[in-house]
Amino acid sequence: MGETEGKKDEADYKRLQTFPLVRHSDMPEEMRVETMELCVTACEKFSNNNESAAKMIKETMDKKFGSSWHVVIGEGFGFEITHEVKNLLYLYFGGTLAVCVWKCS
Amino acid sequence: MAPKPPRKQSVGMGRGARKRDEDSGTEVGEGADEWTVSKAAVRPPDQLDLTDAELKEEFTRILTANNPHAPQNIVRYSFKEGTYKPIGFVNQLAVHFSQVGNLVPKDSDEGRRQHYRDELAAGSQESAKVVLSDAEIIEEDEEPKEAEVEAGSQSEIPVAEVAEKVTEEELVTPKQPKERKLTNQFNFSDRASQTLNHPLRGRECQMEPPPRTNFSATANQWEIYDAYVEELKKQEKTKEKEKTKTPVAKKTGKMALRKLTSMESQSDDITKVSQAAKIVERMVNQNTYDDVAQDFKYYEDAADEYRDQEGTLLPLWKFQNDKAKRLAVTALCDFMKQSRGMLLLYSLKNPSFPEYIFSSESGIMCLDIHVDHPYLVVVGHYDGNVAIYNLKKPQSQPSFRSSAKSGKHTDPVWQVKWQKDDMDHNLNFFSVSSDGRIVSWTLVKSELVHTDVIKLKVEGSTTEAPEGLQLHTVGCGTAFDFHKEIDYMFLVGTEEGKIYKCSKSYSSQFLDTYDAHNMAVDAVTWNRYHTKVFMSCSSDWTVKIWDHTIKTPMFIYDLNSAVGDVAWAPYSSTVFAAVTTDGKAHVFDLAINKYEAICNQPVVAKKKTKITHVEFNPIYPIIIVGDDRGHITCLKLSPNLRKMPKEKKGQEVQKGPAVEIAKLDKLLNLVREVKTKP
Repeated sequence: MGETEGKKDEADYKRLQTFPLVRHSDMPEEMRVETMELCVTACEKFSNNNESAAKMIKETMDKKFGSSWHVVIGEGFGFEITHEVKNLLYLYFGGTLAVCVWKCS
Repeated sequence: MAPKPPRKQSVGMGRGARKRDEDSGTEVGEGADEWTVSKAAVRPPDQLDLTDAELKEEFTRILTANNPHAPQNIVRYSFKEGTYKPIGFVNQLAVHFSQVGNLVPKDSDEGRRQHYRDELAAGSQESAKVVLSDAEIIEEDEEPKEAEVEAGSQSEIPVAEVAEKVTEEELVTPKQPKERKLTNQFNFSDRASQTLNHPLRGRECQMEPPPRTNFSATANQWEIYDAYVEELKKQEKTKEKEKTKTPVAKKTGKMALRKLTSMESQSDDITKVSQAAKIVERMVNQNTYDDVAQDFKYYEDAADEYRDQEGTLLPLWKFQNDKAKRLAVTALCDFMKQSRGMLLLYSLKNPSFPEYIFSSESGIMCLDIHVDHPYLVVVGHYDGNVAIYNLKKPQSQPSFRSSAKSGKHTDPVWQVKWQKDDMDHNLNFFSVSSDGRIVSWTLVKSELVHTDVIKLKVEGSTTEAPEGLQLHTVGCGTAFDFHKEIDYMFLVGTEEGKIYKCSKSYSSQFLDTYDAHNMAVDAVTWNRYHTKVFMSCSSDWTVKIWDHTIKTPMFIYDLNSAVGDVAWAPYSSTVFAAVTTDGKAHVFDLAINKYEAICNQPVVAKKKTKITHVEFNPIYPIIIVGDDRGHITCLKLSPNLRKMPKEKKGQEVQKGPAVEIAKLDKLLNLVREVKTKP
């Protein structure tokens, strides 16, 4: 029983993995949605190269919302950052990735 | 050879100077000539002499860019094709004149040499003449020299000579290191100046940097996993909720509504306070008028025991309002007074300020409070309108109001009375006015619908014809009262002194006519107990008590002043009060004294004040009187005035309407007997 439940959970978890889970954000609604979409696109495009994904996100954000954006993508990291108010998004994606996007010029 | 060169030099010098002179001379001469000659044409010697006709002949000549001497048909042999081919493009350029310039490049050999020479010429200042002449010679030599160079001629002698000279001079004068500027051949003059430059000033400001905050977190696999699992659970929960969503949504909606309303009530702070303020005001008044209140409740005039039958009136509260001063009180009903454009509602509990204030443009002549709906007050205006005020509504405008369109009276409305609700349970009331109409008003769907019940005008002329005395054509209603038991029957007092007994059902005819008074009837009122008895008062100083079946009055009281109002006491069939314009209140009890008032007391401060209205309180033994200055006085009846008769006999005291009727009947019978006897 327990095993089946576990399997079910696992399946649900897998299904859940596909969408981003915002952990913390102080962005305005519109901006947040856009940034989230961008993160998803980048992470899916460069699924095995976090550096490229981060670069893509950073460059796109710079274009869209002005410089200077910083992006960290990784499976495990700790950070303490200073960011401009209303310009931070920290989300999990794909069940294994954590993405932190913030602006600080 | 020593003297030779100087001579030669002098000759050279002289030649140079002469030449210069010539140059300048010719220049000047030419310049002057230009001015003079321009007028007289100078003719060349070989000019043709032409006739006028020849001179006027026109030769048209067109200048084209084509060279007339250029070949037209050049052909060249083309080796590629093996044939001669004509060449279309022919060079049209024709050179008519060319001259080689005398400018020498600075870097060239010639230029350097010349420069060197110039330096020497400038350097030998002490032998200026020599050098100058030298320089001149050199200058003059330049052109031929150049030509020689160009031509590549063999005449090296002058060059060698010059070189010799140069070497000589080099030896004579030390070389000047200073480089001289080349003279300007065109004699320009440079002049530089600089305008004042505005001083530069630095100014800087700094923007407030965009606000920043710190954020820190750690991300690792198990944390990410936990977050996703939590989210999963949350989603499951929301799904469950969605199943029971519809009722929930409704509830939340209701909750929101309730919240809204509560918010609204919260925002209305004033209304909240007003309730408390009202209570506090009453408390303050209770303290202030404590003695009055005590009197009202407990005071019994001890002196009454020693007086036989008479009694006194004890003044209690006085009601007045600054705004309503000098406005006559035209109607009283329990606790209300009216004035021009003001309807004030008082409570005994707060004599200092009216409970409700309504103001209107036109004077209010009369009012009545509905029995079943005490918050509905109907008023009659001086301008003929009737209006209903709702005390529950805060606005000072009447809830309903008649208008010219909806059949208002054309004269002041003297009295209004609420009636029992009609068969459709619509509120309705009657009004009487001096325009001679008695109108029934019905409140149908927030609209006042009027029905004329009786027109006094028409009836007055017909019914009074037998009397033979009638001079008026218009009957002016001033007062009316409905029978307590017989719904359709009512009495109308008129300005002419007549009282008509009318029925609602017969609008064309009066049931009866009483030739009651000589002056306007101020009030008519049925007895509260005895159904046959009514009372009228008039400005002809009299109060009359009638049996409506008999055309002559039962009792007549002359009060020596115009009687403003009369009112039956609610507790006894034989007690009534009348007020006169000389400021007195009279209280009668027929059972005690049928000839005189048992109390006769001035109740106003100033003599001139006229009392216009009186009313009994339905429960307490007090009366209120209103005067034409806007004051209302509340008076307590002393025990003698409300004494029940036949108490002393030790029998069981009988009470109730039957007793009261019997009591009055007994009195009336006495009168009837007297009347029937003669």
